[in-house]
Amino acid sequence: MASTYFNEMYQEGAVRPPYRQLENWTADMPAELRSLKQAEAEALFRRIGITFAVYGEGGDPDRLIPFDMFPRVFTAHEWARLERGIKQRARALNAFLLDIYGRGEIVRAGRIPARLVYQNEAYEKAVAGFVPPRGVYSHIVGIDLVRTGPDEFFVLEDNCRTPSGVSYMLENREIMMRMFPALFRENRIAPVDRYPDLLRRTLQSVAPTKCDRDPTVVILTPGHFNSAYYEHSFLADLMGVELVEGQDLFVEGEFVWMRTTEGPKRVDVIYRRIDDAYLDPLCFRPDSALGVPGLMDVYRSGGVTICSAPGAGVADDKAIYTFVPEMIRFYLGEAPILQNVPTWQCGKAEDLKHVLANLPELVVKEVHGSGGYGMLVGPKATKAQVESFAERIRAKPGNYIAQPTLALSTVPTFVEEGIAPRHVDLRPYCLVGERIELVPGGLTRVALTEGSLVVNSSQGGGVKDTWVLAG
Amino acid sequence: MLSRTADNLYWITRYMERAETMARLLDVGGRMALLPSTGEGFHSEWESLLQASGTAEGFAHKYGDPVQRNIESYFFFDRDNPSSILSCITQARENARIVRGALTTLVWDTLNTAFQEVRALERRPRSELDLSFLTDWTMRHSALLRGAIDGTQLRKDGWDFLNLGYYLERADNTARLLDVKYYVLLPGIDFVGSGLDNYQWTTLLRAMSAHRAFHWAYGGEVTSRKIAHFLILNIQSPRSLRSSVEGMTDHLDRLARGYGTSGQAQSKARALLAELVETTVEDVFDEGLHEFLTRFIGDVAGLGGLIHETYLSGDVR
Repeated sequence: MASTYFNEMYQEGAVRPPYRQLENWTADMPAELRSLKQAEAEALFRRIGITFAVYGEGGDPDRLIPFDMFPRVFTAHEWARLERGIKQRARALNAFLLDIYGRGEIVRAGRIPARLVYQNEAYEKAVAGFVPPRGVYSHIVGIDLVRTGPDEFFVLEDNCRTPSGVSYMLENREIMMRMFPALFRENRIAPVDRYPDLLRRTLQSVAPTKCDRDPTVVILTPGHFNSAYYEHSFLADLMGVELVEGQDLFVEGEFVWMRTTEGPKRVDVIYRRIDDAYLDPLCFRPDSALGVPGLMDVYRSGGVTICSAPGAGVADDKAIYTFVPEMIRFYLGEAPILQNVPTWQCGKAEDLKHVLANLPELVVKEVHGSGGYGMLVGPKATKAQVESFAERIRAKPGNYIAQPTLALSTVPTFVEEGIAPRHVDLRPYCLVGERIELVPGGLTRVALTEGSLVVNSSQGGGVKDTWVLAG
Repeated sequence: MLSRTADNLYWITRYMERAETMARLLDVGGRMALLPSTGEGFHSEWESLLQASGTAEGFAHKYGDPVQRNIESYFFFDRDNPSSILSCITQARENARIVRGALTTLVWDTLNTAFQEVRALERRPRSELDLSFLTDWTMRHSALLRGAIDGTQLRKDGWDFLNLGYYLERADNTARLLDVKYYVLLPGIDFVGSGLDNYQWTTLLRAMSAHRAFHWAYGGEVTSRKIAHFLILNIQSPRSLRSSVEGMTDHLDRLARGYGTSGQAQSKARALLAELVETTVEDVFDEGLHEFLTRFIGDVAGLGGLIHETYLSGDVR
C-alpha cells in the first residue's frame, strides 16, 4: 500500500535532491536530542501563545496544534510552476466574482449554470452592481493543494473568504530558525517573513475611492473567544494596525470610525475575519452583535473597503469549484496550470448513480462544509458508515460532491517509533491587490495518524515548516 | 489607541495588583491567627479579612463558618470568588491575551507563565502547599510583571494605562486594608493603644511589606499615628494613599500632554492630591479614620469612573 504513494523524500530507494541535507540532519540527530527539541518547540509555541480551540469539543481551550519538526521541501523549479498556477487561479477567481456581480458574461455564455451562481447561498444581492476598489473581491486567496507525483498537483479547494493558518506558516519558520540555525546556513531557504508587509501593502492598495490620505487599515475579529483569535492579533501586531471588534467601530456620516482614547478615528480598509452574515445587522443578520450597523451603506458608497469583499464566498463554493478551469479559459484565455480533482456532483442524476455505486472508493464532502467535518473517506470507512452515509446522500443529493480518493504524497515525519512517512497537503496564501503576490511557502498540514488522509487540525492533524529552496 | 485596548491594559494591572493584595491579606490572616484570641477567637480575624476584601457574603454562602483552610482555598484558588488570586491572574492573562500586540514579549511571557503555573498549582493537593509558599509565589510573580512592564514597555499611552490600573487599585486596596484594622478588628475602644493593638498594627505593616521601611522612616515606638501617617500621607511609602494618588496624577498628566487635552479626570486627581498634601495626621483622626477612609475610597471610585468615561468607554466624541 505504502509504495503507491509518492514519497517526497525517497524515490526508488534514493533521496530526492531537495531533501539531501535533511538526510544527514536526521542521521546525526540522536533520539534524546530529538525529544528535547520537540519539547522545546512545544514550550515555545505555548509561551508565544499560539493555541487552537476546537469547535464543539470542550476540553483544553489552550490546545496546541502539533508541530512536526521535519520540514517539507520544494525546489525553486517546482515552486515556480506552483506559483504560476496559484496566481493564475487567484486572477481567474477574482475575474469571476467581478463578472457575476456585474454583467454575468460567463453565465450568459452558458459556461456556468445560472442556478449555481445566483441561487448560491453565498451570493450577496446587496452588492450586485457594486465594483470594489481595483475590482478585487478576494484579497487573500488560500488554495489547498495536494501532490500525487513529482509533477502532479491537484487543487483540493479554493478559499476566497478569510483563509486562516498563515500565522502557523510564519511561526513554524521562526521556531525552526531558532531551534536549528545550522540547517538554515546549510540550505538556501527562501524567507517568508515579508508576508505581513505584503499583506499591509495589498490592503492599503485597495483603499476606497473617498480616501484621500494614507489609508488606515484595521483587522476586524469576532473576539477573543474565536479559535483563530491568536492569528488575528498576531497579524495586526506584525502589520502595525489595530485589531478591532464590531463594538469598537461605528458609522457616522459617510464613514466608519473606531473608538480610541483620543476620540473617533476614521477607518479606510477593514480586513475582516468574520463572515458576511455578521458584518452589518442592518443589511444581513439582524441578530448579529459582532458587526457594525450601517457598514454596508458606507461600503457601497465608497467610504470604506471590506476585505474580502462581501459576496466573495460564491467563488469557493464546492459546486463552483468544478468550473474554475473553465473560468481560467474564459477570462484569461489560458490553459489551467493546476489541475482540479475530478468531481462528481451528487445533484446530477448520472453522477449520483456513479457515486452511490462506488462509495467505498470515494471521498464525499458536503458542499458547504469545511474543516473536515461531515465527510466520508470511503476506503477508511466501515461498511456501516458507508451505508449510513449513502442514506444521507440520497436524502439530499444536492448537498454532496464526491471525488476519487487521491494518493496524497507523504513526507517523513517524526513519530513515536522514529521517522515515518505521513500524508500532507499544502495551503499557500496568494495576495491580490494592486499586484498579485505570493511568498515562497505556505502551510503544510500533516495527518499524524498512520495511513490517515485527513489533515485538518480539528481532526488530529499537525503542521510542518514548508521550505522553498532558492534557485 | 483603541479605547477597548486601553481598557484591557488598565484591567491587567488592576487584577494583578488585586491578586497581590489578596496575598497580603492572606499573609496578615496567617499572622493574626497566631495571636492570642481577643475574646471571639480566631473567628473574628478571618471574618475581618473577608470583610476587607468584600467577599464575606460569597464565602458565607459557599462555606459557612470561616475556617482557615477554607479561607485559604477561597482566597487563592476559588474560581467562584472573582477576587481570588487564581481568578485575578486568569482575568489579567485573558485581558493580556486580547491585547497581546500592545505588550512586549517579556510582559506577555511573564504573565502567561504565572497563569500556567497557577493552573499547575491548582492541580496539586492542597496539603502540599502551605500558606507562606502561596503568598510568596504571588508576590514574586506580581513583582516580575511590574519589572517586565517597567523595563520593557514603550513609554507611550499604553504604559500610562497600565500604571493607572496599578495606582488606582493600590489606592483603593491600601485604604481598605487600613479600614479593616480600625473598622473591624477593634470593636471596643479599650484596645486602642494596648500592647495587643500595637502588635496588630505591626502585623499590618508587615502585610504592606513596610515593616522595616517604617523603622527606617520613623524609628522609635510604633504608634497608630505614625502608622497612619506612613500609610496615608508619607510620600516615601510606596503603598501610601498619597504615593498612589501622585502616581495617578502623573500618568493622567502624561496622557493629557500626549493627547493635547486635559479633562475632568485630571482635575479630580489633582484635587485629591492637593487635599492629601495639605492634610495632617491630626486632621485624619479628627475626621475619624474610618470616615476619612470611606470618603477616600469613594473619591477613588469616582476618579475611576472619570477615567473610564474619558478614555476607556470610547463614548466621548
